[in-house]
Amino acid sequence: MIASNSVQAELQNVQPVKLVVEQVSKKFRSGGRHSHDVQALQNINLQVDEGEYVCLVGRSGCGKTTLLNVIAGLEKPDSGRILVDGKPVTEPGRDRMVMFQEAALFPWLDVLSNVLFGLRLKPNLTEADRIEVANFYLKMIGLEKFRHSNIHELSGGMKQRVALARALAPNPRVLLMDEPFGALDALTREQLYGDIQDIWLRRRKTIVFVTHNVREAVCLGDRVLVFSPNPGRIVEEYRIDLPRPRDINSVSLAEYSVAITRCLKGYGEDREVAE
Amino acid sequence: MKRFLRAGAFFVLVLLAWHYGALYAVKKGWLSPVLAPDPLSVGQYICGAFRDGSMTTAIWVTFRRLLVGYSLGLVIGLPLGLLTAQFKAFRDTIGLVALGLQTLPSVCWVPLALLWFQQSEKAMFFVVIMGSLWSVLIATETGVRNMPPIYVRAARTMGSRGLHTWIKVILPASLPFLVSGMKQGWAFAWRSLMAAEIYVTILTGDGLGRLLHYGRELLAMDQVLGVMIVIVLIGLMADKILFAPCERFLHRRWGLI
Repeated sequence: MIASNSVQAELQNVQPVKLVVEQVSKKFRSGGRHSHDVQALQNINLQVDEGEYVCLVGRSGCGKTTLLNVIAGLEKPDSGRILVDGKPVTEPGRDRMVMFQEAALFPWLDVLSNVLFGLRLKPNLTEADRIEVANFYLKMIGLEKFRHSNIHELSGGMKQRVALARALAPNPRVLLMDEPFGALDALTREQLYGDIQDIWLRRRKTIVFVTHNVREAVCLGDRVLVFSPNPGRIVEEYRIDLPRPRDINSVSLAEYSVAITRCLKGYGEDREVAE
Repeated sequence: MKRFLRAGAFFVLVLLAWHYGALYAVKKGWLSPVLAPDPLSVGQYICGAFRDGSMTTAIWVTFRRLLVGYSLGLVIGLPLGLLTAQFKAFRDTIGLVALGLQTLPSVCWVPLALLWFQQSEKAMFFVVIMGSLWSVLIATETGVRNMPPIYVRAARTMGSRGLHTWIKVILPASLPFLVSGMKQGWAFAWRSLMAAEIYVTILTGDGLGRLLHYGRELLAMDQVLGVMIVIVLIGLMADKILFAPCERFLHRRWGLI
């Protein structure tokens, strides 16, 4: 079967994009009688280059997920702005797809329809085109045999792979990943590290990846940014100059993660108590 | 097949017990023969009533009342439930009213319906609507409010907005709650309609409840039992045809028990 022109165009990788975070701050009011403000983000400045893979590490509650949501357009910053390709972000958009910690797949749809969900919101494609595009991504993640399975029949790792296919299908220029492998077992995770690197090399996207797992960050990122909580800010930056694909168990990788973990501990809560 | 045989054997036993029980009760003088018909005469009544058309007419009259009333209950209850889930103003007003009225046994609406609409079909529609509306409304609200918000966030990143989000995400995501609410609404509507038909004469047509009531007035026990059996069968059929497919779908897709 010869793919129609529109499918060809759709499957062509889009140019990854430069992402700029400018002076972003955000406060949350914690509930309860003794309510106090939590400074989730304080003057965050960050530039992610075209096709760069940036990982944010930090303790839970340090604001890294908030930053991701602000970039996604799901939350508004109190001040500052996000620029994608020079244009400010005001709302969620298909150019920035998100992969959540829970797969967030729709249980009322089968695997294929989940991947089709974003595609069906794209005009200028026929239904046949959309199905072809969806199948392309299902094949990429190795689940084309499961296209008519129900979500509850999939394992945790399979669910995250479908979520990845769903995020890739509308051909975004930025991929935002919020601890996508956090709930998986170690073996499944290691397999997915391989998959994600492979896919990233093939379909170059600008990726912002949030995790609290330092080794994971070093394994995947071109750059690892260390977040410190309350107020949430970026305190350190590491460039990871290791060849790809990387193996999470390699020794050279461990050197980086030791240094980053030490840095993280320095900015941990124990230090705040000492102050 | 084995299950089928087992069920068949059980019902044959029930019929036999009924037959001999009735004979015994009459012989002992506990019941007059009029009040203890055997299964055969009840079967004869049902067949006869179908043949002379009185049963088919009654079923149709009752069914139409249910169908119209219940559909209207859904059409009103569903959007109101969505609004109640979405807006605080609705929750504090309509939501509160719904919560209160849901506790009102729906047959209590009959006197009001008669005064407003006289002995007409409208009165029956009204009773059925009031029976089903509130459960549907409350189930819709509960379903929407219990939906994991991550579904909407995920949909928004994929470009879904406004009405599309409601129809393609929020409604299907609350489907398990909707189905159970619709089922409850159906049960309330069915019960209130039967009660209303039994105790009120509606000039525009005799439903099953009326047929049951005439059975009592004519001292025709075979008719009373026959109509009761038909009512049970209709209830069973509604469950199997209307709700069982929905529940099977939920079970298959969601993996719900």
